[in-house]
Parts: sequence; structure tokens; C-alpha cells
Amino acid sequence: MDQSVSLAGLNLKNPVMTASGTFGYGLEFTPYGDLTALGGIVVKGLSLKPREGNPMPRIAETPSGMLNAIGLQNCGVERFLSDKLPRLPWKETPILANLYACDPEEFGRLAELLAAEEGVAALEVNISCPNVKEGGVLFGQDPAQAAKVTEAVKKRCGTKPVMVKLSPNVADIVAIARAVEAAGADSLSLINTLTGMAVDVRTRKPRLANVVGGLSGPAVKPVALRCVWQVSRAVNIPVVGMGGISSAMDVLEFIMVGAHAVQVGTANFTRPDFAFRLVEDLPKVAASMGVTSWESFRGSLDVG
Amino acid sequence: MPKPTCHDVSVLRITPHGPEGLSHGLWLIELENPGWQTVRPGQFAMLRPTAWGFEPLWARPFSICRATPERLAFLIQAVGRGTRLLTGLRQGDTVTVWGPLGHAFNTEPGVRTLMLAGGVGIAPFVEYTAAHPTPSALSLLFGHRPPLSCYPYEDITRLVTASAFRETSPQDIPLFVARIEEAMADHAGGLALACGPTPFLRTVQKAALKLGVRCQLSLENRMACGIGACLGCVATDTEGRHVQSCTRGPVFWANEITL
Ligand SMILES: Cc1cc2nc3c(=O)[nH]c(=O)nc-3n(C[C@H](O)[C@H](O)[C@H](O)COP(=O)(O)OP(=O)(O)OC[C@H]3O[C@@H](n4cnc5c(N)ncnc54)[C@H](O)[C@@H]3O)c2cc1C
Ligand SMILES: Cc1cc2nc3c(=O)[nH]c(=O)nc-3n(C[C@H](O)[C@H](O)[C@H](O)COP(=O)(O)O)c2cc1C
Ligand code: FES
Repeated sequence: MDQSVSLAGLNLKNPVMTASGTFGYGLEFTPYGDLTALGGIVVKGLSLKPREGNPMPRIAETPSGMLNAIGLQNCGVERFLSDKLPRLPWKETPILANLYACDPEEFGRLAELLAAEEGVAALEVNISCPNVKEGGVLFGQDPAQAAKVTEAVKKRCGTKPVMVKLSPNVADIVAIARAVEAAGADSLSLINTLTGMAVDVRTRKPRLANVVGGLSGPAVKPVALRCVWQVSRAVNIPVVGMGGISSAMDVLEFIMVGAHAVQVGTANFTRPDFAFRLVEDLPKVAASMGVTSWESFRGSLDVG
Repeated sequence: MPKPTCHDVSVLRITPHGPEGLSHGLWLIELENPGWQTVRPGQFAMLRPTAWGFEPLWARPFSICRATPERLAFLIQAVGRGTRLLTGLRQGDTVTVWGPLGHAFNTEPGVRTLMLAGGVGIAPFVEYTAAHPTPSALSLLFGHRPPLSCYPYEDITRLVTASAFRETSPQDIPLFVARIEEAMADHAGGLALACGPTPFLRTVQKAALKLGVRCQLSLENRMACGIGACLGCVATDTEGRHVQSCTRGPVFWANEITL
């Protein structure tokens, strides 16, 4: 079966992308597989200036998941464009830049810098990071704010498609999705991490210096599936699903509830060749489930 | 430098280390060598039994204690959930292993080199001693709590001068600190290498900076990916920057990081 997927201006050779913050700048994974085999690579969230992120400890293992409060440590847009992007196989595989800023104006400036680069195929706008003080998840919790950021990015992204990444930490994710769609987003990706915490009774301390962090991994998959199902039915733009994907069957589940493509996150930490193996497994597992085209399988969930 | 790889390999042997290792949770895990030609002493590997599924989620990092063309050996102390599960492995079980990872200790032939090890921190010095071109230039100071027979101490003393210090009560700590300072003072102009718990590394770092001894420290930060991608393992350098201890370390110069 043809594995390719077209996604609001992007042509992916298969539906498997890697999720921001879980695949570094891509280069870290080159010893473990062929980057050009992936459907797409979303790089670590970028800001205008480099950021050092939050103090340690900033990761904790939880049942079938993990908490992180990295706080968007990154090398800044300039170094990404000069040192990292040129070494990525952007001609063969779409590279998506994930961006984060403190206000809509800064989002716009960042979008302009990234969109001007030939090697950047699309922008993923992070309005949903739970680990930064300024803005962060707040943009993603208020439909009006989410729309403002989307407009600011759309205004300055030239012809590059804009994907907006949604937070599950809201009462009504559909309201946010609709607002972002109306503001011009080309596609949506969801979910970012769920706010959580872990504590140590012996030391009576939180396990993260930041006290709270973002939960990801197989533990969040049911929440992610629910969000993708609700949102994909409510909007007319493509949805990219993620949250706990850790097998080819999981990929099928997300597509069946309505996703066009998926992103693999925390599972990349369970073994560095995870995403590459998943890409190899997917056609076999899809065939064994009787899937003959992504188009016909997408959204085929039977809810009676 | 050869690229690291990720492979599923079999457990060749798993044994308590020495007659008393069993009661103190110290084990030697020997795995098939997945084809790593060049392992440099101080490098580490990530281990994750395939049977873990997604629970626990992360692999665990361990220093490569000994590497031969046929096998990789790790000295593992059961301190928590993951390490306890690892010591329950059986011969023939499958483990996903990726590496060799990180920066190694400096090898400076002919230069007087002091190895400072605390507890399981002795592991990388087995490979270091075996691989060193001039082992006669090496000496070891080893601090430990469980009996000496729980550790591969003998493997090292066959080749180099060594002394051990057993800590049986908190009152012993200042005595050990004094021993470290004495040994460091004796190595001015040489090289000192340390691996062990963070308070131990802090002591070594302080002495190195005070006495002006060139010194490298191997950090044992908690890791998720081991390859520089998650940014969960960072150490703070002296300019306040966060650097990945898996790829920029685990071995750092003592004057480069804040502990
Ligand atoms: C580069 C590197 C090399 C290492 N080499 C060895 C080795 O050769 N042999 C060996 O036995 N261990 C080694 N370690 C430490 C080992 O990785 C940890 O002991 C292990 O990850 C703990 O997992 P756990 O699930 O058993 O502990 P958890 O259940 O997660 O924690 C149990 C207890 O151990 C403490 N702990 C957890 N991780 C660490 C850590 N990284 N350092 C110190 N304390 C920790 C926790 O604070 C807690 O008190 C190394 C670590 C690194 C980063
Ligand atoms: C360590 C870590 C860092 C992350 N950093 C980012 C980031 O910089 N930008 C972003 O949009 N999402 C970030 N995320 C969220 C992931 O991209 C993803 O949305 C989330 O982890 C859910 O997917 P998963 O369960 O497959 O990991 C991060 C997640 C983790 C675990
Ligand atoms: S363990 Fe992931 S960056 Fe070091």
C-alpha cells in the first residue's frame, strides 16, 4: 500500500513524524537510523534567543510515562539555522520547526526568520508548553489568545504551512481548535504534555525542581486519542495526533480516530532506533489489519 | 570516532560480584558485545531489557566495566527499581543496549595518574587500567561501604598500586576526605580521575581546585535518552550553561562544571 500522506501543503512519505523535544535536532539520531526514512522531523522548540531552561532535576519517570520540566532549553533560532539545519536531510524529509515565543509579536518575528529558510518545510507553533513562566500554556488555554498567536504567525510565514500545537490542559479543546482554525491555521497537532507532578515521601520533596511538569508517554494515550477524536470531527483542517504512541498499532488507532499523521515522542527514549523501526513495522501491521489506504481508513472508527 | 549503535543482545552471564556481592546487591552483568570495536574507558552504555515493555520506561546508564571482542561487562549495584529488575535478568534474556556513549577519561601514557573511586564508581577503572599503555603510572584510592570483595578491586590491584578505605560510620567521612586531599597533593603535576557519588565528586573537585591538580570527574546524572536529545541530564558549567552530561560528559574537567 502507498504509505504517503498529504498534509496541508506537506508531502510525507509515510505518516510517522517525530515529536518536538523528543528527537533533539534530529542529528543526535543519525547513528541509529536513516533520517530520510521518516515521514517528517519536528525539531526541539526554538525561541528567538537561546534558553538554558529550568534547573535540575527536570525529568522524572512515572508509571508508563515521564514528567519533564525542561523549560524549552534550546540553542536559539540563529544557531539552529546556521549549525543544525544545513546538516539535516531537508531535501528528502520535511523538517518542521517548532517555535515558542513570549508574545504574538515575537511569534511573528520568529516565524518570519524560520519560514525564510528553504530547509524549513513548515512551522509548528507551540502555544501549549506547560514548563515556561511567560506565556506558554496560557496562549493555548484561551481561544482569543490562541487565535492571536496563529494570526501573527500566519501573517509572516510566507507560503509555509502553519501547524498549531494544542494543549490538553483545557476544559474544551474543541473551542481552541475552532478558534485556531478560524485564525488561519493550516493544520493542528495534539496533544502536548498534560500537567502533572511527582513527589518523594521520604524526602518530602517534589521530584522536579519546577514542582510540576508535563506528563507524556503511554500513560497519556487515552487522553490523546480522545482529544484527536473530538477535534478531528470538529474542524476541516488536518489533525496530527500524538501522545504515548509506542507501536504501529497505536499509529493505526490515531489514524482510525481521525488523524492524518502522527508524531512519536517519548518512545524515542526507550530506544534511539524506535522511530525507524516503527516506520518499518507500520506497513506490515497495516496490511495485517486489512488497511488498504490511509484515506479510507482515516476516521473509520465505528461508534455505533 | 566510531559511531554508537543500538542492538538487542543476549545476557551471557549474571553473577553476584564476589562471595558477598549477593547480600549487598552488587552484580556483574555480562552481555554479548554487539560489535563495538573501540570502547574507551569512562564511556557508558544504556541498558534496557526488552521484557520491560513500557514499564519502566527508560533504559538505565552504566559505565562499561570491561569490554572484549566477545563481551561487555557491567558492575551494577541494585539501588532502586530499575537496577533491582536488571539484577533479576537470566542468562539468555534479551537486553537492548546502545553505546558506547559519552566522553572517556583522558589516557596520558607515562603521566602519573590517580584514580579515585567511590563505591560502584570503581567500574570504569577496570577498563581504564586494562587499556592503559603504562599501568605502572597509575594508582587507585578506593572508598567503599560494602566489603571489598563485592567490587572488582583485585582486578585493578594486580596491575597498579592501590589502597582502599572502608567507611563504616559517618565519622569516617572526614578521615576519607583527608586521604583524598593527601593523595591529590601527592599528584600535583599529574592527572586525577574520579567516579562515584556526587558528594564524593564534590570533595575531589574542591581538592583539585585548591591544589591545582588537573582532574576529571565522571558524573552520574539521571538520564532518559543517553544520546543528547531529551536535555534531562544536564549539568551546569562554570558559565551557567546547561550541558548534556550524556554527550558533553559524563567525564568533565573539574574546573568546567558546578556540582
Ligand atoms: C554515566 C553513568 C554511569 C553509571 N555507571 C554505573 C555503574 O557502572 N554501576 C552502577 O551500579 N550504577 C551506575 N550508574 C548509576 C545508575 O545508572 C543508577 O543507579 C540507576 O539508573 C538507578 O536506577 P534505579 O531504577 O535502580 O533507581 P531509581 O529507582 O530511579 O532510584 C533509586 C535511588 O537511587 C538514586 N539514583 C537514581 N539514579 C541515580 C544516579 N544516576 N546516580 C545516583 N543515584 C541515583 C535515586 O535518587 C534513588 O535514591 C551510572 C550512571 C551514569 C549516568
Ligand atoms: C523531554 C520532552 C521535551 C519536549 N519538548 C517539547 C518542545 O520543545 N516543544 C513542544 O511543542 N513539545 C515538546 N514536548 C512534547 C512532545 O512533543 C509531545 O507533544 C508529548 O510528549 C506527547 O507525546 P508522547 O507521549 O509521544 O511523548 C516535549 C516532550 C518531552 C517528553
Ligand atoms: S539523557 Fe537525554 S540528553 Fe542526556
